[in-house]
Amino acid sequence: MKGLLGVKLGMSQIFDEQGVATPVTVIQAGPCFVTQVKTKETDGYEAIQLGFGETKEKRLTKGQQGHLGLVKPDQKHPNRRKNHGIPALRFLREIRTRTAAEHSVGQQLTVAQFEAGDHVDVAGKTKGRGFAGVVKRYGFAGGVKTHGQSDRHRAPGSIGATSGTAHVFKGKKMPGRMGNERFTAQNLEVVRIDVERNLIAVKGSVPGTKGGFVIIQDAAKK
Amino acid sequence: MLWDCYRIDYLFIGEYRMSDLLLKAFDNEKNEELPEIRGGDSVTVHLRINVGTRNERVQLVRGTIIRLRNSGNNRNFTVRRIAANGIGVERTFLLNSPLIEKIEVHRHAHVRRAQLYFLRDRTGKSARLREKRLR
Repeated sequence: MKGLLGVKLGMSQIFDEQGVATPVTVIQAGPCFVTQVKTKETDGYEAIQLGFGETKEKRLTKGQQGHLGLVKPDQKHPNRRKNHGIPALRFLREIRTRTAAEHSVGQQLTVAQFEAGDHVDVAGKTKGRGFAGVVKRYGFAGGVKTHGQSDRHRAPGSIGATSGTAHVFKGKKMPGRMGNERFTAQNLEVVRIDVERNLIAVKGSVPGTKGGFVIIQDAAKK
Repeated sequence: MLWDCYRIDYLFIGEYRMSDLLLKAFDNEKNEELPEIRGGDSVTVHLRINVGTRNERVQLVRGTIIRLRNSGNNRNFTVRRIAANGIGVERTFLLNSPLIEKIEVHRHAHVRRAQLYFLRDRTGKSARLREKRLR
């Protein structure tokens, strides 16, 4: 399983020789550091933990600093974690993989592990839509616009039966907070890679705002 | 540094500005040769069609630019021309497309708005635009 952490830059389009424009989302991904390798023996499952986004050391808690090996061992604590050339990193995320043993702490991963034509899943946090009605949130059709209707254009309609059930069922689709939740865009084609600038262009849209944090992984269903 | 920025349009990644990165990543050499165009210009667009087939050739579209959108890599413009029987035909071109071989600008016009949609309602003499000569 290949994985990478990145930042959504925005959307653009790429032309091929036929002049067909492909809509792409450009993501600045990596270079990521492997900050921890989890194996079956030590953790019960296999995964690698990736770190991304250099930041100032003082922005991390002491616990985070220690985890990355940024705190030097002293007499009282001689067994502190060694530093493997990892700087202070803002984001740490785990990628489940069966080949965790091939990685080592401090190793750098870049967009070079992907190539054009690959398919990836991109996960991020969607834009918050606030308190949204049922038409926007669930795609309800709303009411009719004519025939003497007033105030019913975007209403949800009936929310249940009368005294037979006497309840509104749990999970009934109703207005409420929308967005600002994790979403994974699946099976996006990698259109172009720019190893030099750590850019990756995937076909289609990706959840979140410009500058939003995203996780790129091999497509699970391809 | 990226994470210290609070305004998205001034996002910097290393020494690159975000918007520059987007553009640079997909540089299109071709578009440098194209002339500067404005709304109201009379132009002829040389467009390659049937690319990659035996029928590849260049099609000419002559008309007035009634819309110009400068949106980064998605810059596009719409040419309106009067076809046979006085039927107006509009066609939108992507400025960065490799299919655009050449754009000839015949004349500039004095226009006071960016979108010249009012031309759609006009025919004949009233559909003319005052010429503007550039120094």
